[in-house]
Amino acid sequence: MSAELKCWQDFPPGGIAFGATARQVETGLWRSMRPVLDAVRCVSCLRCWVQCPDASIITDSDARVSGVDFFFCKGCGLCAKVCPAGAIVMRPEAEFLNEPCGAVQGTSPEGR
Amino acid sequence: MSAVNLRELTRRDNPLCEGHRMCPGCGAPTALRQAFMGIESPVVVTGATGCMEVSTTVYPYSAWRVPFMHVAFENAGAAISGVEAAHRALRRRGMFRDGIKFVAFGGDGGTYDIGLQSLSGALERGHDITYICYNNQGYMNTGAQRSGATPRSASATTSPAGAKLPGKLQKQKNLTEIAAAHGIPYVAQTTLHNPTDVIAKVKRAVETPGAAFVNILVPCPLFWKIDPADQTRICRLAADSRFWPVYEVICGEYKLSYEPKKPLPIEEFLRPQGRYAHLFRAYAERADLIKEAQSDVDSDWERLKSRCG
Repeated sequence: MSAELKCWQDFPPGGIAFGATARQVETGLWRSMRPVLDAVRCVSCLRCWVQCPDASIITDSDARVSGVDFFFCKGCGLCAKVCPAGAIVMRPEAEFLNEPCGAVQGTSPEGR
Repeated sequence: MSAVNLRELTRRDNPLCEGHRMCPGCGAPTALRQAFMGIESPVVVTGATGCMEVSTTVYPYSAWRVPFMHVAFENAGAAISGVEAAHRALRRRGMFRDGIKFVAFGGDGGTYDIGLQSLSGALERGHDITYICYNNQGYMNTGAQRSGATPRSASATTSPAGAKLPGKLQKQKNLTEIAAAHGIPYVAQTTLHNPTDVIAKVKRAVETPGAAFVNILVPCPLFWKIDPADQTRICRLAADSRFWPVYEVICGEYKLSYEPKKPLPIEEFLRPQGRYAHLFRAYAERADLIKEAQSDVDSDWERLKSRCG
């Protein structure tokens, strides 16, 4: 082994993770119950949006709830519980076997 | 307190993005997302070791859209102090612009117990920071051990309810009062019962010059043994049973933000939670411990009311 000591600048930076890269991680795979949004009943009060731990409620440019991002939704069912209009119901994931994994209900967020 | 417009907020990217690996229905990401909704300025975040730090920064991914730094369990307060002081020094030399906010967060383990001295130092030195404690009343990241925030009679893995002992014997400490005793300009305590309350309190905390501390009670579905979907309901019960009073201390002046019109008995808050299941066993109900919990809540509430003047 060479006795030559390296300066700290010679080492590559360690442990830097770039911002918002977690958006590549499909946490939706954890889901066993799927929230299904009834767009007719939804009053866009945004209670589901503000309470969702996984930021999986999609809103459009008018701040109206337009869908659920199943790429990230872990299926906790919080949105269905806080909905004052009963516009979200939780359905077993087994009913959606024919749909592609990580499908998005409503419009897809940009930049993924 | 300025009104909170959720419609406006949907147009802003939250510093905490999707794809973090917190459990389904966890209260901590909800609390921090809501907290960051109250911050409009660019923000630098540090976190104490805990669920939130571990699950948002699983290498090589990061769930932060903002500069985020983690140092160790016990020094989120010291780390954010250093970041703030460095920014101040660089700003004096014209190398940084004004208006950057500094936020540290920690769980109750990293705030009530392990990080208390560094937090106390940061508050005492009066750095222009906001410290947010997401308090799920135990060490959840390592498997539901008791902490200084675990309430009396709760069953944790290091204070389990069994034949000899009925869960934790000691009362939780009141960190919000400890923070207020530092004489800092803004201290608040809230829970997830009402998102606008969390957003408005954090907004006020970051806009206050000097150190600010916000203590947010969040449920942990695994430790509290509740349905993950019940997060909001449990938090409402905590506020309505006066278990977790929602108040703020502005320059030493106590102010209640939410007073339940009809306070619920503490039983309503304890019964839905599996960590108190040993109090409600058929034919072995521990009415004495439920009564003790009620008297704890009542005496704390009386003391708080007398301070609110």
